[in-house]
Amino acid sequence: MLTIKDLSVKFPTRFGDFTAIEDVDMTIKPGEIHGLVGESGAGKSTVGAAVIGLLQSPGYVANGTLTLGDTDLRNLSPAEAHKVRGGRISMIFQDPQTSLNPLMTIERQLIETIQTHSTVSESEARNRAVDLLEEIGIKNATERIKAYPHQFSGGMRQRVVIALAISTDPELVIADEPTTALDVAVQSQVLDLIQRLAKERQIAFMLITHDIGVIAQVADRVTVMRKGRVMETGVTAQVLGKPQHHYTQQLMDSVPPLDRKIDRFRVPEADNTIASNGAMAENWLLEGSQHARTGLSLTGLSVKFAGPRTSIFRKPPPYVALDDVTLNIKPGSIMGLVGESGSGKSTLAKAITGLVTPSSGTMELGDDVLPYGKSRSRQHPSRQLTQMVFQDPYSSLNSRHRIGDILTEPLWFYGFVKDEQEREKLAASMLSLVGMQPDAISKYPHQFSGGQRQRIAVARALLARPRFLICDEPTSALDVSIQAEILNLLKDLQAKFGLTILFISHNLAVVRQMADDTAVLRSGKIEEVGETNALYTAPQADYTKSLLDLTPVMPTTWQT
Amino acid sequence: MVYFILKRMVQSVFVMLAVAFLAFSLFRFVGDPITQMTGVETSVKDQERLREELGLNDPFIYQFTRFTGDLLKGDFGFSYRTRQPVAKMIASRIPATLELGVVALIISLLVGIPAGVYTALKPRGVLTQTILMTTLVGVSIPTFVIGIMLIFIFGVQLGWLPTFGRGGTVQIGGWESSLFSVDGWRALLLPAITLGVYQLTLTMRLVRAEMTEVMRSDYIRFAMARGVPTASLHYRHALANTMVPVITIIGLQFGGVIAFSIVTESVFQWPGMGLLFLESIRFVDIPVMGVYLVVIAFFFVLVNLVVDLLYVAIDPRLRIKDVS
Amino acid sequence: MIAFVKKYEGLWLFVHSPAAIIAAIVAALIFVGAVFAPWIALVNPYDLASFSLFDGLLPPAWEDGANPKFILGTDDQGRDMISSILYGARLSLVIGLSALSIAAVLGVGLGLAAGYYGGRFDAIVMRIADVQLALPAILTALLIDGIARGILPASIQQDLRVAVLTLAIALSLWVNFARTARASTFLQMNKEYVQAAIMMGQRPTRVMFVHILPNILGPLLVIMTVDLASAILLEATLSFLGIGLPADSPSLGTLIRIGMQFLLSGEWWILWIPTLFLVALVVSINILGDFLRDVFNPRLR
Repeated sequence: MLTIKDLSVKFPTRFGDFTAIEDVDMTIKPGEIHGLVGESGAGKSTVGAAVIGLLQSPGYVANGTLTLGDTDLRNLSPAEAHKVRGGRISMIFQDPQTSLNPLMTIERQLIETIQTHSTVSESEARNRAVDLLEEIGIKNATERIKAYPHQFSGGMRQRVVIALAISTDPELVIADEPTTALDVAVQSQVLDLIQRLAKERQIAFMLITHDIGVIAQVADRVTVMRKGRVMETGVTAQVLGKPQHHYTQQLMDSVPPLDRKIDRFRVPEADNTIASNGAMAENWLLEGSQHARTGLSLTGLSVKFAGPRTSIFRKPPPYVALDDVTLNIKPGSIMGLVGESGSGKSTLAKAITGLVTPSSGTMELGDDVLPYGKSRSRQHPSRQLTQMVFQDPYSSLNSRHRIGDILTEPLWFYGFVKDEQEREKLAASMLSLVGMQPDAISKYPHQFSGGQRQRIAVARALLARPRFLICDEPTSALDVSIQAEILNLLKDLQAKFGLTILFISHNLAVVRQMADDTAVLRSGKIEEVGETNALYTAPQADYTKSLLDLTPVMPTTWQT
Repeated sequence: MVYFILKRMVQSVFVMLAVAFLAFSLFRFVGDPITQMTGVETSVKDQERLREELGLNDPFIYQFTRFTGDLLKGDFGFSYRTRQPVAKMIASRIPATLELGVVALIISLLVGIPAGVYTALKPRGVLTQTILMTTLVGVSIPTFVIGIMLIFIFGVQLGWLPTFGRGGTVQIGGWESSLFSVDGWRALLLPAITLGVYQLTLTMRLVRAEMTEVMRSDYIRFAMARGVPTASLHYRHALANTMVPVITIIGLQFGGVIAFSIVTESVFQWPGMGLLFLESIRFVDIPVMGVYLVVIAFFFVLVNLVVDLLYVAIDPRLRIKDVS
Repeated sequence: MIAFVKKYEGLWLFVHSPAAIIAAIVAALIFVGAVFAPWIALVNPYDLASFSLFDGLLPPAWEDGANPKFILGTDDQGRDMISSILYGARLSLVIGLSALSIAAVLGVGLGLAAGYYGGRFDAIVMRIADVQLALPAILTALLIDGIARGILPASIQQDLRVAVLTLAIALSLWVNFARTARASTFLQMNKEYVQAAIMMGQRPTRVMFVHILPNILGPLLVIMTVDLASAILLEATLSFLGIGLPADSPSLGTLIRIGMQFLLSGEWWILWIPTLFLVALVVSINILGDFLRDVFNPRLR
């Protein structure tokens, strides 16, 4: 059993010690899956790293006790600590693509780990490794064990990682975001595996994640953290179903439900004084677009990329990113587009915006046919009418440009406002409209948080007076409470200005909250399109059904 | 994998063609080959006849093709200065330069890689800071100054080692080698160290940078979390992954070794290709300059092809197809 | 306080790095001395009338038989060592900086365009860079020097030496800039702010120079410092090999070559003092380059 008491971890900096976590208490019993949940900066991973003794230098445990069974983890010599790692405590990392040594076979990595912690012969270790791989769900393990990591798919690779982590029969496994890099189908398999291992082998799991759905599905107990402190801890159904702490309640309110649509998320709203400054921008936008609701229709759109070349003589088979996609987005509506990674969602957005050249099909914005990628001139009107909000607010704003320059660029570029001061005024007003202080205009992007940057990105898109807005995973880089704020903002703006929006996301629950219609994309093909409510309640395609089934949800009884 | 190697070969051929073109342009357009080959007493008529005989009035492409063909056959033309065949002149100089370069490269790897590993694993140690500062001074001292200093200390002040020439060499099947006699090694030591120092500092800094990156990677942290023994962690896991990029750069550095061998050979009067090249520049001996270029580029391309093969041997991702 | 320090992190690191401070002071002193050489030097080494053979071979001021007027002694012609070094450093820096500017403009321009357009243009630029790599810096410089000897009539060769040397060094350095700029541009091309600019329909030149260039300045600045050191070393090496500058307009490298004649005699200062200056200058620049690398790539710290 792992017991953590009064744990504090500090990182010395030039300005004195920075306290990463403070007074953290937690116990994990054998066979228990203990969820550790919180937003970025909560210190979840630091707890895990402190327990296994791998804090990033120069961090150190400043206070508290860490005991595993009878062993005081803080009083181990470096050699003893090294023995405990792997032997009694093990760890699973987030990204299976990077957590295996690419130059060694699975076999060598497994045998090395097993032989490190028990004195067995090589063939004995190999037998154990093969058994383990089979237990973990890798078929034909005697053959597959000879493969290198790159020969496994992402989900299989995460299984191998888990096999490595439990190959020495540890008492405790720290799983740091083990499913965040995986698609839902694979995620559900990995979560099942973790549950099975906890039950059958009585391994204690510390499951660190930001995804409350995952916690709800597999964790026996949960600890909620915020800014390095524990907010609330207890049985999962208790904490998430009847949250006692204000922060947990707020967090639960921000989680988009999969099984119904809510009008607005209950999150703190920007105050009204800011919003009133946005009148100028609001009027300016309305005068540009009030009569112009513009739809987009795609007919038989296909995009092919050159495949990787492996022979000089044969032309490589093309990689089909989009296959005969037909989609009609009604003027003034929001079309949701869901799909797993690699399904072609982003390629679709790039084809519409002209960054990628389709091989066949037509794209029409209103009544105008959009020319293909390279043949679309720089002056083409669609370049102004179509705007985009990107996924990563840290890379979508040029970090070397002032916010004012970023925001006024579309105004002079499209020739909307000739006067420079007028442009700055309008940009400042637009900032108010998206819920930011107008003085942001003289600052630089690095002075803002992710959520604030995403608001700025929305303001930039609006300053081009678009009629068609593409939101490509606009909230997947954000914490769930910030996501709720941005979704509220997008809903408000859409209602005010009648924008047509293509809303792309891998998160089915988010799309349900946003979209009037939803399309499901898989390997470049549209599996199903329909009115959102109907599609979620009565999916037609098997693929949609399985997606909906596998997405972790909270039991309906918990909803407040 | 085959495609990868073939692609690299095609690129190498391209580089060689470009260098051959450079050499040809040198020969054809820098000065007039005919006035170089003939003396003042040759009549204009004879000159014209020679020009026609040598095909210098033929179309440009035709001349270049013939030039490349001659190179492939090993016919490198004649020196303007000594009137000897260039092929013979260069061939007699190759062993000296190659031995110098290879010994220097080995010195730089034998010292540079361990030093790089050490400084990466103990970034805050006193020894690390000392090594880093020393190498910074090392890259800042010009090769010729290092040579002069070594000559001054070991040749002039202490009188331990010879300061110029190759000393005693042994003939092995036409290859004149310094490696089989004490005398030869004594003469080789100072030039090889001089040439190796600069490469050594580069190698060390590169290994350090790559190793530091690798030590932060997820698979190393995962290996630590599994309690993999430290020695295996550092050498089997981390160093192996470090070598993939390092090998590439070492291949590219070979060019640097050859280039700086010109300087080293000049300081130590080492009778290699570099010294020959310097003389040919001083006397505007274009055929020798051109052929030297081609030979150097050939070695460079060859080394980099070997590097590519090593690359394939080390990295299974290039050898074995991805299943998924 | 913390916010302030973060904003000026580079400055903070600088103030707390004694090596960088000393390097900056040394580099600045040599630089200022070189710029103001005509005003502060005791004699003009180019002007035969300003020095006298009678002052020849005087040792530095702290040795026996010195003339306190010549603090670091004189050479065999009677030239004050300090004056020769200042004028030499002046020439070395002029050549180094001009070569660097040419290489930077050429290399960054080509690298940016290669990274931006990709495809065939990129392939061509990179193949040219490959060829250039097969012929390393010293070789390129020597080659251009050789070509210049072959093409230019002897009468103007002397006058154009500085130009030829500058061009030779510039051509051997551009690849560094091109490769770094290209690699950084490739990284930036995937960033969404660049895609946003392209989608808007902005001109390629604007995307390259207004959007991408400011974001890749960090690594380029590091290359620039390191290459300034290389350029100075290269110039010294070429002059040492006797194909750089003639003896009557000596750079630091030429001074060292002249000093080599005194390696075996007692006049050590004629060789070692210019050498010390050259090494001090290059070490300082390299320390500053290392410092900049740490500032721009905190992961290696």
